Amino acid sequence: MSTLQEQIKQVIDTEPVAVFIKGTPEAPACGNSMRALQALWQAGAPIAAIDVLPDPRIRQELTALSEWPTIPQVFVKGELIGGADITEELFASGELKTKIDEALGADHAQTVRTVELALGE
Amino acid sequence: MATTVIRDLLDQAFPGGEIDVEDRTGGGDHFQVTVSSERFNGLSLIQQHKLVNAALAAPLADGTIHELRIRTKGTA
Repeated sequence: MSTLQEQIKQVIDTEPVAVFIKGTPEAPACGNSMRALQALWQAGAPIAAIDVLPDPRIRQELTALSEWPTIPQVFVKGELIGGADITEELFASGELKTKIDEALGADHAQTVRTVELALGE
Repeated sequence: MATTVIRDLLDQAFPGGEIDVEDRTGGGDHFQVTVSSERFNGLSLIQQHKLVNAALAAPLADGTIHELRIRTKGTA
């Protein structure tokens, strides 16, 4: 089985829009995670959400990779675009939708799923 | 107090900048910081926020800041 860091990297690299949150899209456990999800949803993004709460190592490994200290973290096509504040600001200015449409094509599907990481031992 | 610590760190990182630190809940660990600085000129939002996160790395790492909301602006 691949290491946790490899799995996180894989999700970031392969999911068009990956968002690391506290909780799940159905039950966000933090107001900021909810703000990021709402902005992404309103921008029509296909959302792949990863819950960081099941194991503190997820957040440690993620922050080591992204050099971003807080949760949520939003990635579009492998690139960190920011946390809740930036995601909301980019949505309000219309840039978020433009960015997502440019990355995925304007006719992309809008979906929400949760990606489970294999935590091992 | 955490608000003072945060303000001092931001003052050091963004000399001459306009800095506002708000304790959002009154509990001393949820903060909204607003920084306007010439250091942000020409930088993307994520680069601007990274500078703020870097300035506040210590209180973020030791749990002094439980939640941080950031708003940044250049001066250009």
